[in-house]
Parts: sequence; structure tokens; C-alpha cells
Amino acid sequence: MIINPSFMEEMHIEGQTDIRPGFMKRFWRARTTKLGVVLLAALVLFSFVGPLIYRHSATLPHVLNTVSGPTAKFPMGTDSLGHNVLSQLMVGGQSSLEVGFASALVSMIFGTIYGMVAGIAGGWTDTVMMRIVDIILAIPSIFILLFLNAVFKPNLLLMIFVLASTAWLGVSRLVRAEVLSIKNMLYVEAANALGANIWRVMARYMLPNFLGTVVVASTLGIADSILAMAGLSFLGLGLPPPAPNWGGMLADGMNYMFQNAWWLVYPAGLCILLSQVSINLVGDGLRDALETRER
Amino acid sequence: MASVLLEVEELKKYFPSGGGFLERSTGSVRAVDGISLKVYEGETLGIVGESGCGKSTLGRSILRLIEPTSGRVTFHGTDILKLRKSAMRDMRKEMQIVFQDPYASLNPRYTISQTLMEPMEIHQLYNHASRKQRVQSILERVGLDPSYASRFPHEFSGGQRQRIGIARALVLNPKLIILDEPVAALDVSVQSQVINLLEDLQADFGLTYIFVAHDLSVVKHISNRVLVMYLGKMAELASSDDLFFRPLHPYTRALLSAVPIPNPRVKRERIILSGDIPSPVNPPSGCVFHTRCPIAKDVCRQQVPEWRELRREHFVACHFAEDVDVETNSLPLGRR
Repeated sequence: MIINPSFMEEMHIEGQTDIRPGFMKRFWRARTTKLGVVLLAALVLFSFVGPLIYRHSATLPHVLNTVSGPTAKFPMGTDSLGHNVLSQLMVGGQSSLEVGFASALVSMIFGTIYGMVAGIAGGWTDTVMMRIVDIILAIPSIFILLFLNAVFKPNLLLMIFVLASTAWLGVSRLVRAEVLSIKNMLYVEAANALGANIWRVMARYMLPNFLGTVVVASTLGIADSILAMAGLSFLGLGLPPPAPNWGGMLADGMNYMFQNAWWLVYPAGLCILLSQVSINLVGDGLRDALETRER
Repeated sequence: MASVLLEVEELKKYFPSGGGFLERSTGSVRAVDGISLKVYEGETLGIVGESGCGKSTLGRSILRLIEPTSGRVTFHGTDILKLRKSAMRDMRKEMQIVFQDPYASLNPRYTISQTLMEPMEIHQLYNHASRKQRVQSILERVGLDPSYASRFPHEFSGGQRQRIGIARALVLNPKLIILDEPVAALDVSVQSQVINLLEDLQADFGLTYIFVAHDLSVVKHISNRVLVMYLGKMAELASSDDLFFRPLHPYTRALLSAVPIPNPRVKRERIILSGDIPSPVNPPSGCVFHTRCPIAKDVCRQQVPEWRELRREHFVACHFAEDVDVETNSLPLGRR
């Protein structure tokens, strides 16, 4: 009909990329995002590939070399029991990253389902479900985590769920808010007019439209989980020894601060810091690339 | 006269107002309050009224996008308000809707082809290849280049998006399409293109339209008959010509006098209604229009005016419609 062909031609060139036009481009635009990705990749390589190259046991005590500073044999020194700190950092990073990613994933899945159910059901169901979230949120999460740790004495797997037990709350609120706004969008009403059932609406109309927001929040949640686990270990309620982790190493190292044993504190602290910074930078990059609201 | 496609009887939609957690609802908003009308096959019924008079709610209630409080909607002899979910889903093939806002009515994560395939997937019509083919032909039919099927909605202009919205309503070959202010969000030049497209499609596919709008000149152009609504109730229903040249309701007259005439030399009397539209939570007693009516008398405050056929196929709800009729007729021709 009456549409200027030259105008359409222009659009053709601009919009040639398929699904998710320009996602990678927008993601890579910020220099800070690149820094975050590089740092995170370095940490992952250090923790998971490092032990394959630097083959020294993290749990073997070198009783003749306790609390010794960096030497050729122990590049980052040894702790009070003569463990190789460099090996410990690598192995400790494994559990920190594993638990961080896994608990963020668990809380993302559970929070999304919970928030979606509340948002779609509405009415009384919604009110009751969200008041439960509010009540749990009103309790400082460190108390909940300490309590659950004291009761369950968790291993690696349980630790994931303990950390997720507080992390899903924020996700569920976020998802519910998104669902409430999408529920009233005209395109959802159009789908209803076409006879789409609720599952189709959820899977095809709601999920794709708020997934970006949830992924961003969950990415930042990884950092929170790593920090929470380090905090628990620091308080002596983390994963049981001898398996090392960054928070526990930091706690043990604190006792030797007055002997000027800096190698027991700084490396572990630095690893925690780097994990926080890198994940937050990646999360910010994702936010800029994914969040549809600002576009 | 053509056969009746859709009949609405005493349709009501009350929304609970106020209330909330642990609180009782304090009343109800009477968005649609007893509407009865017939829509004939192949015609266009215009529904006009100011914002908040319930015209969009009426359209959505007919499609059961909003569940009506009471009343009956008969489509092709079937009472659709009594249908179960699966039967209603089948019925939706026959009746579709085009929304006002072309920006919000398309899923931003769907390509145009996905958007247009969706109705056929839901109703499991055709195989994949013929679905694709149908998308191409429908796009062409609404004036879009079929090669744009792989685009996302944000790559299109408002008018193009509205064409996509129309295409989506057409895919299932419906008999009735409810047009909920389909051109209100568009530029004037694009408006006329879309209106022309709608008229062409109606002629080609034998469609029946319910055209909801507040722009009277557009309604006059496209409608065979027009219903004027005020505060959820029917004020006047007549053929387009009758309504625009011989309005019987003082509210209709006021609306018509507000239509701009693109000629500065034409002088005319403007009827300016005082006050705001009353709250539909507490509608006025008697005739709902009496608070703003220039000719209201005591009887209007007490008695609800009867819905009567004053002239052939010309219905009105006003105690003094005869007076309005005489007065309108006595006006000089330039006024019309």
C-alpha cells in the first residue's frame, strides 16, 4: 500500500542481525564489562585449571614449615598447619565459585517460580505469598544463615541450599513486580483474545520479557552468595575443615596478623575482593545489554 | 435487513472499588450498566462516548477478555458467556480485537512472523509451510512487505505496527472484529490510511466491525450505525446519518457541537457541558445525564428515562427527546 519503499530499505540494512539484535555489541561496549569478564575468567582458570598445573596438595601438612613466608617451594607461604597457601587458594576458590553460582541458580529458579505464581494468581494467594516473603526479609539474613548452618552442619551441596534460602526472596519480589506489569500489557490481552492458555502466556509472553532483569539480579546474587559463604566461614560456621575456602582461610589468618604473616590474609582477601568486583562488573554489563526498560 | 450476528442483552460489568487486604469493598464502579444491542452481519457499529464512559469495557466484555457481571452475549445463536473454556477458545476464532496502542499490543520479543503464526499455532490450523505462506499473504494484504516478517516490532512505525495488529486479528478469518480506538494513537495522515485499509478488508472478507472511538468524524465516516454511551449506559442509537443530522439526545447534540469544522467562516452555536462526568461509583439518580444536561427538569432527577424507538431504527433514552428533535430541525442548515 502506501509505504515509502526507500524508508523500508533503510530499515532492512539496520535490522539485519537476527534474534537479540545487538546484544553482544551492547554487552561489550563498556570497558569495565571487559575487565569484569577477564577477571572472572582468570579466577575460574586459577581455581579450576590451576591445580592441574600446580600439582601440590592443599591438605598435606608440611609440619617443618609452618607459618613460613613465601619461598621458592611455597610461593605464597604456608599456614599454621603447614598447608601450601597457593594450593589452598586454588581449591578454596573452587568451592566458593561453585557454591556461589549454584546457589544463585537455585534461588533464581525458585524465586522465579514463586514470584510468577504469586503475580499470576493475584488476590489472596498473592497477598499471603508475598507477606511470607516480607516476614523472612524482616529477619537479618545472617541470623537465618547462622541458624541453618548450626542445625544442618552443611556439606557443599547443603550449603548451596542454605545460601539460596535467603537469596530467592529478592528474586521473587522482582519477578512478581514484573509479572504484575506484564499481565496488564496489551500484548498479553491480545494473546488471551486469541485463546492462548496460561502456560503459553507464561512461557512465551512473560518469561522472555522479564528474564533479562532476573539474570542481572542473579548475577549480582552470585557475588552476594560468595560473600555470605566467606562471612559464614569467617564466623566459623562454613564448610567443615579440612576442605579450604577463602573465608575460612581469612579467619585462620587473622590469628597470625601479629606475627606479620601477611600472606595468610591478603591473598584470600584479595580473591574475595576480585570475585566481588568481577561479578559486579559483569552484572552491570548484562544490565546495560539486557534490560529492555531503558530502551 | 441482514441477519443478526451478535446480540448483547442487558450486559453489565461492575468493578469492585476500594477495599483491599482485610478491608471490605466499598462499592462498585458501574463501567457498563445494562447495554442491549444487536450487530448485523457485515455492518459497522460505532460506539462513541467520552473517556471513562465504558465503551472499551463493553468491547472487552463482549469478547470475555473481562468477565461481565451479568447479561447475555449471543453470537450466531450461541450464548458465549455460558461457554466453557475450550468451547470459548474455539469461539475466539470468530471474534477478534484490534487495540488502540500499537506499541504495547505486540510482544516485543516476537518477530512479526512469530506474532502472526501464534494464532494458527494456538488453534492448530494448517501445517508449518502453509502457516508461513499465510503470514506472507496476510502481510501483503495489509500493505506490508512480506520480507519484513523476520523483524521485531520495535523496527516499525506506529502505522505499520497497527497494520500488524490488524493482520494478527485477520489470521484466523474471524467474522467479527472489535476495533478499540484503532486509529486514536496514530498521526492524522496515517489514520486515514488505516481506515481505508479497514474498509477494504471489510468489503473483501465480509467482516463485521464494532468500532469504538471518541473521534466523531472518524466514526461518522466508517459506521453504518452509531451507539452513544454515557456513564456506562446507552444514550442514543441510530443510523450514522440520522444520528449526525437529527440527534435526539441532548448529550449527542453536545458531542456533535464539539466536532471541529475546518472552515473558520461557519458560525455555529456550541453546547458546552458544565462540570465533569460524574463518578460511576455513585451515578446520579434518574437520568444519569441530568447533572450536566441543559434541558433537565425535575422528572429527569427522579425517573430513569425509557429506552424508546422514537423514529424508525432510532433509539434514545431521554424524557424530552421530542423537544430536542423539534429544536434541531428548526436550526439553519449551516449548523448541520
